[in-house]
Amino acid sequence: MLRQINQSYLKVVIFTLCLVPIFYIIYQILSNQLGPEPIKDITHHTGKWTLYFIVITLAMTPLKKITKLNIWINYRRMFGLFIFFYASVHLMTYVGLDYRFDLTSIGNDIVKKKYIFIGFSAWLLLIPLAVTSNKRMIKILKNKWKKLHRLIYLISLFGAIHYLWLVKRDITEPLMFLGAILILLAFRLKFKTN
Amino acid sequence: MKNYKYSEITPEKFYNKRRKFIKSLGLGLGSLTLSSMSLLNNAHSSENSSELTSYKDITTYNNYYEFGTGKGDPYKNSQKFKVRPWNISIEGEVESPITLSADEIISLYPSEERIYRLRCVEGWSMVIPWMGFSLSKLLSTVSIKTEAKFVEFESIYDPDQMNGQKYPLLNWPYREGLRIDEAMHPLTTVVTGLYGKALPNQNGAPLRIFVPWKYGFKSAKAIVKIKLVKKMPTSSWMKASPREYGFYSNVNPNVSHPRWSQASERVVGGSLLTPRVKTQMFNGYGDEVANLYSGMDLKKYF
Repeated sequence: MLRQINQSYLKVVIFTLCLVPIFYIIYQILSNQLGPEPIKDITHHTGKWTLYFIVITLAMTPLKKITKLNIWINYRRMFGLFIFFYASVHLMTYVGLDYRFDLTSIGNDIVKKKYIFIGFSAWLLLIPLAVTSNKRMIKILKNKWKKLHRLIYLISLFGAIHYLWLVKRDITEPLMFLGAILILLAFRLKFKTN
Repeated sequence: MKNYKYSEITPEKFYNKRRKFIKSLGLGLGSLTLSSMSLLNNAHSSENSSELTSYKDITTYNNYYEFGTGKGDPYKNSQKFKVRPWNISIEGEVESPITLSADEIISLYPSEERIYRLRCVEGWSMVIPWMGFSLSKLLSTVSIKTEAKFVEFESIYDPDQMNGQKYPLLNWPYREGLRIDEAMHPLTTVVTGLYGKALPNQNGAPLRIFVPWKYGFKSAKAIVKIKLVKKMPTSSWMKASPREYGFYSNVNPNVSHPRWSQASERVVGGSLLTPRVKTQMFNGYGDEVANLYSGMDLKKYF
């Protein structure tokens, strides 16, 4: 009983922490603290947090295996939904704030610019995962659920490549994200072969 | 075309500061007004450039990889950069090569205010009240040989002072180039200052080049060498990625960069609700410079 209360309390705390990045940027907007290109700041902030949540989500299974504690898995789905949340805010900043729903320009960008193409593809692939991330869908899909949600491996790579392709010259940060994701994916291969 | 009064577009405090500065240089107010008016008209041949970018944004939001790749890095990392003594050599295909100090150049060629739009290849733009003079004036002193077809600009190489040069992000020193007729065009400017003050380090002190109809990276900062050459020089960015950065790099909304569109731009300093503006051919200076490229396929020579 006590354990259960603790667990749901912990979940609320983690959920709130996951919202800190969005509240932070809202605070910066309201207090006029963004730089000379505020829309770019919002785009980068939400894009980066999408990648952080990808890394966090992918880290849960390895952490479970390493620590032999199941508790990590309790939060995996929530973190996954935050990937979708931040990715959607990121996309909407680009579509709504930056390009003001100028769908011709946006369509052109998606078709012609490979970093936008791969980023947009990653977001599309997140949709089926987001809609099936409730308990009812887990029951309905059963074994297929796990298979479907392995899409996150592909999405995570798309996300890192999206960042890598958009950077002009200094690719340190995108390579760090890509490296972290590759290590986390390699864990899965290792545990499979074991 | 709309004519702006000098005082209409300049924040008052800067306007006053500048008047003082100009007076201290011993230039009459009359000449200041005359020179700035004609250049203002140039700047306003583009309709969306009615407002000067703030001094703060111009001096804290920079691409200057020698001082770091973040936009705020140049401001942070360049404050101790030593810009005196400073020599600039003009050499190559010239009858009389010469080395001048920055101070000699600044005193020999009177600066005037030149308000130009700056369009970065990354899709943002500013309107900057530079101080400077036409590069052609400087070049006319060395008697260019007829063999000279291009001009190469070389920026300083000093990794002890420029931390960014410790990493091979670009092949240092930074190099840029212009065709000789582009270099001799009156809009091509040797910049000595901005907002009526000496040029801040993060903007390319002591002297930089500014070419208003080309993407910002074509305008080399902190130059130490101007070399007249026969063959088209390879700029640092061309060497880094020839597919993305061409020699000409004229602002052109119809030729998109492989990774981002060039059809529109964000004006720096706007709010969240400020819309993008359409990018103009030659950054709005087509009337002045389009004839340099008549008959050229600008998609091929991007």
